Amino acid sequence: MSDALDIALRLLAVFVVFLVFPLVIGQTEHKVMAHMQGRLGPMYAGGFHGWAQLVADGVKFAQKEDIVPAGADRRIFQLAPAVALLPYLLVLVAVPIGPHNAVGQDLDAGIFFVLAVMGVGVLGSLMAGWASANKFSLLGGLRTAAQLLAYELPMLLAAASVAMAAGTLSLPGILEAFHWWWVPWQIVGGIVFFVAGLAELQRPPFDMPVADSEIIFGAYTEYTGLRFALFLLAEYAGIVVLSALTAVLFLGGWHGPFGADGLGWLWTLVKTVILAFGVIWLRVTYPRLREDQLQKLAWTVLIPLSLAQIALTGVVKVVISS
Amino acid sequence: MTLAATGHGFLSPSGVEIAFVLVGIATLGAALLTVTTRQLVHAALWLVVALGGIAVEYLLLTAEFIAWVQVLIYVGSVVVLLLFGLMLTKAPIGRSPDADSGNRWAALTVALAAAAALVWVVVDAFRATWIDLDRAVQGSTEVIGRSLFQYWVLPFEALSVLLLAALVGAIVLSRRTGEGRAAAAALDNGAAPAPAPREEQR
Repeated sequence: MSDALDIALRLLAVFVVFLVFPLVIGQTEHKVMAHMQGRLGPMYAGGFHGWAQLVADGVKFAQKEDIVPAGADRRIFQLAPAVALLPYLLVLVAVPIGPHNAVGQDLDAGIFFVLAVMGVGVLGSLMAGWASANKFSLLGGLRTAAQLLAYELPMLLAAASVAMAAGTLSLPGILEAFHWWWVPWQIVGGIVFFVAGLAELQRPPFDMPVADSEIIFGAYTEYTGLRFALFLLAEYAGIVVLSALTAVLFLGGWHGPFGADGLGWLWTLVKTVILAFGVIWLRVTYPRLREDQLQKLAWTVLIPLSLAQIALTGVVKVVISS
Repeated sequence: MTLAATGHGFLSPSGVEIAFVLVGIATLGAALLTVTTRQLVHAALWLVVALGGIAVEYLLLTAEFIAWVQVLIYVGSVVVLLLFGLMLTKAPIGRSPDADSGNRWAALTVALAAAAALVWVVVDAFRATWIDLDRAVQGSTEVIGRSLFQYWVLPFEALSVLLLAALVGAIVLSRRTGEGRAAAAALDNGAAPAPAPREEQR
């Protein structure tokens, strides 16, 4: 019985993280963007720096009418937000937060699981783009698919480099094998992974699929109310997952200069939050890439870099073990 | 795996076996819908369900690595590619009148023959073999890696050469010839593309 209780508690913890963290990231984005642009952002709701703006937004979304366009494919249109959001919940189950088995579920092929399930999330955008019966949505869906196909490969290769270095595919296993000098050793792979992840999440500067000055809001143009909020939530959940994964794979997760025993979870958290801040920072800093620049970056820069990283990893690994 | 069938009977199935059969039925249903639906994109989405069901079956057979590879390659990439192709050709919402093939009886024959052959091989190979869930996992990444790179290196490398040949073939097929190449070169240099004749003026 205690086994079942243990599993239930772990899943509950993962679920709470899934419900809380994306919202915190969303509010942080409001405030950080505002301050970087020399304005204040939401200030009134709730009193202190407008912390309750999120609640107000949620209530607003819930009150709105849920519209399905007359020409749309009803069932797929309604299913799409769930397909976009749920994979990120599943991914969080496999991300370790601290040492001594502080993870939802230790999977033998954790890296594979995480990347595979993250790729499924994009199906939601494709379904939304096609089922909306709107040419802008369809264009957004097409761009999403092209972007996913281009950036999945460098992401996988960069993750494979870390797996090679550690000799295991399990995420806690990789952290067990981590040493501080892995950070400079794998830094190129880390940057490739982070950039490719940004592209997969369709965050600026890789937000061609939702380019609002060209195709309104891409695949999400026809969505209103709660379903639209779910797509936004999926984006923020994606930021959490990407930041946590980059922290775990390339920055040593729970390892830190001190406090390794009690404060491991805090290190993971700090690294994740710093990376998430970086994601927001990039959004306000860089203009959007053009579609051909986007593809060129993936195929001519990121993939060669990740292949070079794999070669470097292999050479160093052989030198160490001999 | 143990060969002894003691303690295992078809009349007293365990929870895992019941789940296996149920998922199998769902997968079969999704596969049937994939080939019978008249809506092209629905067919691709039912294919997602069928491929995902197979991944779950792999998981129930303790082949974790294969299961995630199945999701990554087939659901994450092949179906996305399929959907991309369908969207490029303006897959309509609703029924496509030309989604029916005249080859359906030939296709059914081939499918039934392939299914019969596969079922026969699997039954003949494993008969009364049960996976012992208490022992070391048979399908873990380490076990598969060892057997792949110790006993199956040659087929593995042969496959990679095959894939390389396919890649080269795709590049050759997609290269433009004659005047198209000049236009492509101009595009690569960042120059404005020459105004092409509009095929679709509405």
